[in-house]
Amino acid sequence: MSQENALLQVSRVGKKYNENVVLKDISFTLEKGKILGLVGENGAGKSTLMNILFGMNVIVETGGYEGEIYFEGKKIDFKNPVDALNAGIGMVHQEFSLIPGFTVAENVLLNMEKTKSSIISRTFGKKYETVDMPVIREEAQKAIDLLGISLDIDTLVSEIPVGYKQFIEIAREIKRDQVKMIILDEPTAVLTETEADILLESMKRLSDMGVSIIFISHRLREITTACDTIVVLRDGNVVVERPVEGVDIRQIAKWMVGRDIDTKSEESKNVSIVDENDIIFETKNLWVDMPGEQIKNVSLKVRKGEILGIGGLAGQGKLGFPNGIMGLFDAGGEIFFEGKPLPLNNTLEALKRGISFVSEDRRGVGLLLDEPIDWNIAFNAMQVQDKFIKKYLGGLFSLRDDRSMRNVANEYIEQLEIKCTSEKQLARNLSGGNQQKVCLAKAFATDPKLLFVSEPTRGIDVGAKELVLNALRKYNEENNTTIVIVSSELEELRSISDRIAIICEGEIFGIVPPETDVTEFGLLMSGEYKINEEGEKIWLR
Amino acid sequence: MFKDKRKLGKILTSSAVPLLFLVISGIAIPLSRFTGTYLVDQIITRLVRNSFLVLSLLLPIMAGMGINFGMILGAMAGQIGLIFITDWGVSGALGLILAALLSTPIAIVLGYFGGKVLNRAKGREMITSMMLGLFISGVYQFFLLYLCGAIIPFKSKGLILSRGFGVRNAIDLGVAKGFDKLLLLKINGVNIPLGTFAIIGIIVLFTVWFKRTKLGQDMRAVGQDMVVANSAGIDVERVRIQSIIVSTVLAAYGQIIYLQNIGTLNTYNGADQAALFAAASLLVGGASVVKATIPNALFGTALFHLMFLVMPVAGKYLTGQAMIGEYFRMFFSYGVVTLALILHSWKRQKDKELDRIGLRVDNQQLKTK
Amino acid sequence: MAQINKFIRDFGWARIIIGLFLLGLFIAAPVFGVRVDASINDVIVRFGMNAIMVLSMVPMIQSGAGLNFGIPVGLIAGMLGAVISLEFHLTGLPGIAVAMIIGLFFAAIFGFFYGLLLNKVKGDEMIIATYVGFSFVFFMNIMWTILPFSNPASVQGFKGEGLRVTISVKDYWYHVLNDLAKIPVTERFAVPMGMILLFAIVALFVWLFFKTKTGTAITAVGSNPDYARASGISIDKMRIISVMLSTMIASIGMIVYEQSFGFIQMYNSPLAFSFPSVAAILLGGATVNKATIPNVIIGTLLFQGILTMTPSVINNAIDIDVSEVIRIIVTNGLIVYALTRGKGGK
Repeated sequence: MSQENALLQVSRVGKKYNENVVLKDISFTLEKGKILGLVGENGAGKSTLMNILFGMNVIVETGGYEGEIYFEGKKIDFKNPVDALNAGIGMVHQEFSLIPGFTVAENVLLNMEKTKSSIISRTFGKKYETVDMPVIREEAQKAIDLLGISLDIDTLVSEIPVGYKQFIEIAREIKRDQVKMIILDEPTAVLTETEADILLESMKRLSDMGVSIIFISHRLREITTACDTIVVLRDGNVVVERPVEGVDIRQIAKWMVGRDIDTKSEESKNVSIVDENDIIFETKNLWVDMPGEQIKNVSLKVRKGEILGIGGLAGQGKLGFPNGIMGLFDAGGEIFFEGKPLPLNNTLEALKRGISFVSEDRRGVGLLLDEPIDWNIAFNAMQVQDKFIKKYLGGLFSLRDDRSMRNVANEYIEQLEIKCTSEKQLARNLSGGNQQKVCLAKAFATDPKLLFVSEPTRGIDVGAKELVLNALRKYNEENNTTIVIVSSELEELRSISDRIAIICEGEIFGIVPPETDVTEFGLLMSGEYKINEEGEKIWLR
Repeated sequence: MFKDKRKLGKILTSSAVPLLFLVISGIAIPLSRFTGTYLVDQIITRLVRNSFLVLSLLLPIMAGMGINFGMILGAMAGQIGLIFITDWGVSGALGLILAALLSTPIAIVLGYFGGKVLNRAKGREMITSMMLGLFISGVYQFFLLYLCGAIIPFKSKGLILSRGFGVRNAIDLGVAKGFDKLLLLKINGVNIPLGTFAIIGIIVLFTVWFKRTKLGQDMRAVGQDMVVANSAGIDVERVRIQSIIVSTVLAAYGQIIYLQNIGTLNTYNGADQAALFAAASLLVGGASVVKATIPNALFGTALFHLMFLVMPVAGKYLTGQAMIGEYFRMFFSYGVVTLALILHSWKRQKDKELDRIGLRVDNQQLKTK
Repeated sequence: MAQINKFIRDFGWARIIIGLFLLGLFIAAPVFGVRVDASINDVIVRFGMNAIMVLSMVPMIQSGAGLNFGIPVGLIAGMLGAVISLEFHLTGLPGIAVAMIIGLFFAAIFGFFYGLLLNKVKGDEMIIATYVGFSFVFFMNIMWTILPFSNPASVQGFKGEGLRVTISVKDYWYHVLNDLAKIPVTERFAVPMGMILLFAIVALFVWLFFKTKTGTAITAVGSNPDYARASGISIDKMRIISVMLSTMIASIGMIVYEQSFGFIQMYNSPLAFSFPSVAAILLGGATVNKATIPNVIIGTLLFQGILTMTPSVINNAIDIDVSEVIRIIVTNGLIVYALTRGKGGK
């Protein structure tokens, strides 16, 4: 690679959040007018890397980063996104940042409106210039044409199909003066195949015009068809940087997931014996409308006493699965528990029948942050099963039994090694790991027959991770409780589960044993093929 | 098909309020036994008096801050201006212009303060702006009751309470009808003060122009989605403060126009109901808490005051009780605002659900493609 | 030093300043010829008159429905109870008991519909509650004139129909609670035990209620609605219960106030209680989403203390009546301050 042609040079970049190392020694180069495909599992460090490149505030606020980044040969050090924009870097985020009540044209030139000056504006300043709609429409049309799509620029964005919103954002980025590089973060995730193809076309047009692109996608086929170079991130390291030519999808999948199974996870393998035909829980054609994590059609059987892992990339729907079953998001289809049908969209009924859920949204759903630990632990058991209630005056009225709540809280504090000043400490003041343990204790306190655990180790330190996983394993063994664990971390799933189901695009793409080769997992997660019930592979792309 | 139904529903809910009130007044007018000429004359008077105040509410709504119940901050600034020019003895249109000039800096300072406070209460701007109005009204009373005539010298002893300091409760304005008299037209006993209408015309033009400026565009963006506007590099907090400042200054002018038409100033509670009536007018005109246009404001002012006039009398003839009319008038004013606030809040929750369902439909289509 | 800082932080600046101000007023009182015992008497009586209304804020704040600016809804139920009780010509304790029972009955009905409405407007409760309160008062004004009341003490003398603006309860149950088990301390100071006791009973009830399963669930709904939902709790139901409870307590509060004041004030009078009641509980240290019974007690004492002491002491001292303006600024200033703190919108 010729150095003088390089637009972006990332050199030995590293980043820590507190003691948590998320990026180590990252180096790669992007040339002018080239497309770089960036792939990696969730948590591999893609977002952090992009945040650094785009000068997001989180980076500065958490102490900046190590290493150097050169853009057009000059060392850059962005303090905020505006610096990045001024330097000619644009970014299209996963969430749409469009104003719904504005037209397409207005959105393309949002805060870059062309204006006409007048006597008033010359006296009072540029803010009082009037907006020049004809010019705005003209400019927006040019940008849209450049992308090679047909889109009425006078339509309100709120009335535009999801698939086109991405294009409006890209049009906005290329509208900025002297844009030299655009970062596209999973732009195809919400697109259909045809729409995605149009997008890839648009990307090629842009690169032909000399704009460089960093393209993040989990669809490996898109990487191999559209990109010039590929960079694979794994655990905060660049594992591969090379031209795309001659790379096949299987290889990318393997680089992405990497790591062979280590012996440690083998020895801690589950010992409980599971009868294949003893089904405790079943879903038939389940759909769940959880924003960003939709389940479209899942039929799945869970065996009594097993630990079933559910994996998949972010946004593919794995989180929608437990949330829908627990009635937290609109769901349809049929579910059965212990052979009997269970009504959907009814949280209380699910809890009463003995199903518990540890939410991935610990602070938002899992905890009463402003209440003490004992409240948090005892609450579900009290509300659902009338535990911790004491009767007075011969059952005339009953009150919360604060003492037994305290006792049970202390039991779990000891058992799960929750670090706190006392059971009266507010949940808000605990560390992430200890908060997670409180969430587990809350579920355990209801003596569930089936336990859903969602992202149990997200955002907690290594020591706590181990403790949380061991607690789950132990609970499964001692009580023969069936556990369904949903996680983004494949390694974790492989270490604890009896079987692993991979969810992609809202459907189950395969259920495989944990010892399966990592390449297979990578391919399943990026939706390259499906495995049907007979174990046959059906290639999709 | 499904989408069209959704759109139709949205249009229906937005025009439901004015339609409802049109029907009610259609029934009440014959009951009230008022003559057509009288009603037309009254409506024109009310338009002259109130439409400026109503128009001052438009910009904060555009900036997504809801109804600026804190507009009475501006009304108080306008009253202070009027009190001082009355003290100085300036009369006529000149006096009014001087009062406006005097009230402008006060309104800007109050508006800035109000904007700052509302930026700290995002999501509950309306209740906060209302409480802020009451709070500043206390400060205003303190200023007029204890400082004026004591620390701040007054020339006209007639304005001061007999105890030697503090402004009197009611003041006859020397500037009464200052604008109205400029170009007064009389047709068939209907008075049409063209001068004041010209001023209202100017504010309408100003609002139209302002919406088209870069700042106006920024306000619209902020009003729709603060997060997106912020990430596009718009200084959200600043834009919100600016919208409140403009609203407060306009309210000050509006109150001056209102009072020159009435002719006397009720010093201590003259501004109390200003926000209520302005808000009710705007909402009767079909505006919501998030969307309000100039036609909403003008049409609403006329319709609201028509009902305000007709309903009590109609009620009196129906029940034979005099006080009922007065109570009904107040119930009606508050009821309109309450109803509009409820409808909007309820509709917002419904829309959210509709959008989710719409998304589901879109997805189903994606799947079948 | 660290301890002092912690104390200041826990107790809050507003309360410390107002507490010190109040203390100053009491110290200064004898200098300006104001009797301290009479002042204490006034403060205690006014505490008794207002504390239950302030207490009525607690359930709604705890369930996350915010400050109950719509307290007139409950007060009107109390007024209804009082005037209907007068229709039966009942005097003394039975009269007041019947007034309360009828008041509670109407409060339960009003509260149910009020709660239903507030569930439809989550996130905008406070502004809408304010306007619902206003609207309801003016609606009832129409009702007061046309409902067929007949007790001559209640209706307007010359017409024989339509309720008076102020209805005297002198011949019925004036000071029934004030004088119940009254403990005289000095010539000008007696503790109105009946009123204090009733407050204690209602407060105990609220305290116990928040220790029940339902009360615990309501607290969780206010603390984190998503958490409560994930525990299978119906948020809407819990909120309705809390709104009904608030409304019912407010109706009792109104009757207690009336028996001490000596008059049932009709028509616009409920409007005068909204902002002072809200301000009092905020002064006691409550926030927009957390309130306790100590907040009620401290807040009502401080707030009524200021209201009692400023006219008497300051007016005697500087011979100018600034108490009204001070009341407006303190009441509304406290509310504005509370609204700008804590979690704002998204």
